[in-house]
Amino acid sequence: MIILQPNKKPAPAAVQPAVITVSDLFRSFGSNHVLNGFDLTLHRGEIVVVLGRSGSGKSVLIKCIIGLIAPDAGRIEVLGADISSLSQDALDQVRAKIGFLFQSNALYDSMTVRENLEFPLRRHWIQVHQAELDGLVRAVLQDVGLEHTIDMMPASLSGGMQKRIALARTLMLKPEIILYDEPTAGLDPITGREIIDLILQVRNKYGSSALIISHDMRCVRLTADRIVLLLDGVAYATGSYQELSASNDSQIQQFFNS
Amino acid sequence: MFARESTTRLLSETGGLSAFTGRFFRNLFKPRFEAAEFVRQCLLIGYKSLPLIGLTAFIMGLVLTMQLRPSMIEYGVASQLPAMVGIAIIREIGPVITALIFAGKIGSSIGAELGSMKVTEQIDAMEVSGTNPFKYLVVTRVLACLFMLPVLVLLGDAISLYGSYIGVNIKGATSFSLFFTQVFDNLAFSDVLPAFIKSFFFGWAVGLIGCYKGYFSSKGTEGVGRSANSAVVVASIVIFLLDLLAVQVTDALGIN
Repeated sequence: MIILQPNKKPAPAAVQPAVITVSDLFRSFGSNHVLNGFDLTLHRGEIVVVLGRSGSGKSVLIKCIIGLIAPDAGRIEVLGADISSLSQDALDQVRAKIGFLFQSNALYDSMTVRENLEFPLRRHWIQVHQAELDGLVRAVLQDVGLEHTIDMMPASLSGGMQKRIALARTLMLKPEIILYDEPTAGLDPITGREIIDLILQVRNKYGSSALIISHDMRCVRLTADRIVLLLDGVAYATGSYQELSASNDSQIQQFFNS
Repeated sequence: MFARESTTRLLSETGGLSAFTGRFFRNLFKPRFEAAEFVRQCLLIGYKSLPLIGLTAFIMGLVLTMQLRPSMIEYGVASQLPAMVGIAIIREIGPVITALIFAGKIGSSIGAELGSMKVTEQIDAMEVSGTNPFKYLVVTRVLACLFMLPVLVLLGDAISLYGSYIGVNIKGATSFSLFFTQVFDNLAFSDVLPAFIKSFFFGWAVGLIGCYKGYFSSKGTEGVGRSANSAVVVASIVIFLLDLLAVQVTDALGIN
């Protein structure tokens, strides 16, 4: 397996401590070996995009990182904690510091936007003053430009608005890391661009690190400090957009020339 | 070939449901207790089922009385009609029919709701936000079914007896107090208690099977539909099996 490491000088974020370290990760579904010794490091304040074809195991990777899927082998450290060895309570504490934007948004369709946003806070704060909670909800909705939707049901919102609300929900706990699963999938180019801008704004405002799973090359180009190319279950290449797009490797070029 | 596949599927489902039941009991006594969600589910499951169960119970009591009347007259025991209908409703028809309607309305609704939450990743989102989705979604719904069905059975029995009173009076004249005196004079504690106890088991089975089918729904809208449908079918079969078991137990205990 060819591992390219074209970035000779470290990116500024690389001097920051690692917030996610994935080492030698394996995961199979029956005879389908999805991850075959995958490695990844995400540093504080960095945006890393995992690029790969559909069905290459990108979503499996972030679900392993958040503890929704147990890996067959390998080690995942998030904010210094080994995810696979944590008790449920300790895992929940780590999860409170991670935001997860699902590809399908995963908004609770029986709850209003307000209740969706309050839900993670209510789960982690036993005592919370309603006025304070209301202020937080409105502030986060203002960040995503959808304050007027506060009492609407998710079903009455467009796909792009649902994506923004889902992002607002992840921001409620001020996460140190945000995991984005195909954030621009299924959106028109204009709405997709709005989501990309929002991802960058969130990084600037909250200082959170981000791991983005995507095969949308525009999203990759505009957001990535560093790209990790997932191919055949391994990190085939890593580098900045410019570095990888200038590579002569045919496997890498098929992503950048398509 | 077909028989082998069916047997494998049956054993696999039984194993899955048993493991799910074990998980339910493990989560039942573990804090944190989702009291607010439990109360909300009791309201949704109990209160919102009442109109349908009330209507069917009323019709059931009325029709049962009208259909029994000619035979009772033929055998010269028309005066025993309230007693006979009362025993039939309290002991058997009330709990079983109410449970079957409950399975149709609530079992399918739980199966579809959890199935839809599963395929749209809402259950994963709940887990990621630090909530135990099994406690929040499954334990609360199963407990709400467990406690609400007996209440619905009691209300259904009362409405059914009122339907029977109307039925008696369509072609005859019996006072309200005489009708209910005849009903209650012929009812023993051993008629009421086993029926009441078995309704807890029926409610538990409907909740557990609905949640199991929804929680393990396969991907896609077709999977959600299949979960809802099989939740009703399996719960209905289990209700009859539990009823059969209840008869054997009460027989063995000599309270039949």
